[in-house]
Amino acid sequence: MVSSEPTATISPETRSAIDVEIARYPRKRGALLSALRLVQRQHGYISPEAASELAGIFELRPVDVMEVISFYNMFHDRPGGRHHVYVCTNLPCSLRGARGLLRGLEAHLGVEPGGTTADGRITLAHEECLGACGYAPMMRVDETYHENLDEGRAKEILDALE
Amino acid sequence: MLTVPYTTSYLTEHFGDDAFGTLEGYRAHGGYEAARKALTEMAPAEVIDLVKESGLQGRGGAGFGTGMKWSFMPTDGDQPKYLVCNADESEPGSYKDRILLERGGHQLLEGILIAAWATGSETTFVYVRGEYAFPAEQLSRCVAEAYAAGLLGENVLGTGFRHDVVVHRGAGAYICGEETGLLESLEGKKGQPRKKPPFPAQFGAFGMPTTVNNVETFSHVPHILRNGADWFRGFGTEKSPGTTIFGVSGHVVRPGLYELPLGTPLDEIVFEHAQGVPDGHKVKGVIPGGMSMPILPAGQLDVPMANEHLRERKTMLGTGGIMVMDERTCMVRAACVVSYFFRDESCGQCTQCREGTGWLNQIVERIERGAGAEGDLELLLDVCGKMEAKTICAFADAAAWPVQGLLRHFREDFEEHLRQGKCPFPESFEL
Repeated sequence: MVSSEPTATISPETRSAIDVEIARYPRKRGALLSALRLVQRQHGYISPEAASELAGIFELRPVDVMEVISFYNMFHDRPGGRHHVYVCTNLPCSLRGARGLLRGLEAHLGVEPGGTTADGRITLAHEECLGACGYAPMMRVDETYHENLDEGRAKEILDALE
Repeated sequence: MLTVPYTTSYLTEHFGDDAFGTLEGYRAHGGYEAARKALTEMAPAEVIDLVKESGLQGRGGAGFGTGMKWSFMPTDGDQPKYLVCNADESEPGSYKDRILLERGGHQLLEGILIAAWATGSETTFVYVRGEYAFPAEQLSRCVAEAYAAGLLGENVLGTGFRHDVVVHRGAGAYICGEETGLLESLEGKKGQPRKKPPFPAQFGAFGMPTTVNNVETFSHVPHILRNGADWFRGFGTEKSPGTTIFGVSGHVVRPGLYELPLGTPLDEIVFEHAQGVPDGHKVKGVIPGGMSMPILPAGQLDVPMANEHLRERKTMLGTGGIMVMDERTCMVRAACVVSYFFRDESCGQCTQCREGTGWLNQIVERIERGAGAEGDLELLLDVCGKMEAKTICAFADAAAWPVQGLLRHFREDFEEHLRQGKCPFPESFEL
């Protein structure tokens, strides 16, 4: 540890939720993915400081936590929009117009692929198969699936996000 | 919330009834009586024998015998033993496990309990893919109900048998569907597959003996206990008994889930159940079992959907995810999407896979752009050959097979791109 008193980035509420998760596994580290999800829920992303703090909790090196963050698609190591929107562009969705939908939404929001709106409201990206192949095209808004979309409906959903 | 399957059989029969997802509703249909029978009237070895007799094969893609897999668990020693339910459904084209979690949580838990008894396991970890927030929530609710009713915990059904279920969520990585990648991920690490041996039955989750089964596999088990092996063998083919939930997607009138016996002909599923291709178009090709499985051309759809028949056509049942492509589809574009996916999802551990998936993707993309070179098709096959059966897990094979399949049946599409120096399918789906 560089500093003996690092600034705590993990709130007491998040910390107690992490402890509940740790108790569910035969070894502490089993709860690491849950802990990362909880920290991300608190901050919107996982900062290097938060990763170091987690490393302390899990008795790991910071690099052990960082490599897990970078391995999984659902963890963000930098700030993004308040909402993360992903359009599935795998084959079953592409066959039913997902790429056109994604471009339409990029134009609607005025963002580059993977970009965030100027007001910080939405980060829009594509994602690989989300297990909704029979209800294509679809998008994931944070933790919610929206299926059987057309461009009009998808725009309405995005416009309603705060 | 998913639409209820268009055709149902014993697994999904009551999925139209919201109450079936609750403990009370499940019990109204005889729920947990099969578990009671196993735990109070049968020795673990008898349960394993019954599942072996039923011929149940894993529904997660590889099709290994379930009873056989259970029998690999050690019966001596006092170290804890674990079950893992693989609910990391992420094979493109597959979305059957999702409905089994959303609408059949107690059916799954009853199958898990029976398997736990048979294998002497003290805990089951259900690894649900991270994106499946709602399915994980539904299953967690069922788990809480089961604990409150004494169906899980220290004294299951008053028998003194102890079993815990932990719902674990992944975080977005296709490779975690591979059973040893899943185990690494469950332990809080990168999901990079392990070398085998040792197999999970010796050294699995947290180093303990472990059996990994798919969601659907567990879900069949209560029905086998309730009705017997002969009843189960009344569905499907002699070598592939039971039903499965086929997920149909792509260019069909009625995409969706269909629970049907194994061995149902592919053309019956595509043309009768899913009602064929819309707007009078014709089928060009069908991927029969999730994206890793080689494609079949329109002329070969009379094949029964069971591995013993699909193997003759150089493909496999996989997860039963059926993707239909109409005659306007550019198969080079399909190859671009497929190879991009595998390039993106390679865990990076083995050179052949990490490099090979990237090369396959680059080559098919340049062919699609009209910038392909003479010899590119041979180069693709050469790269595939250098990936197959050379890596720690089957991911590299799964990346090579669909490219080989597309070249086997639609080489003309690739050659036409090379000849014209552009994509000759202006009406194909957009890239």
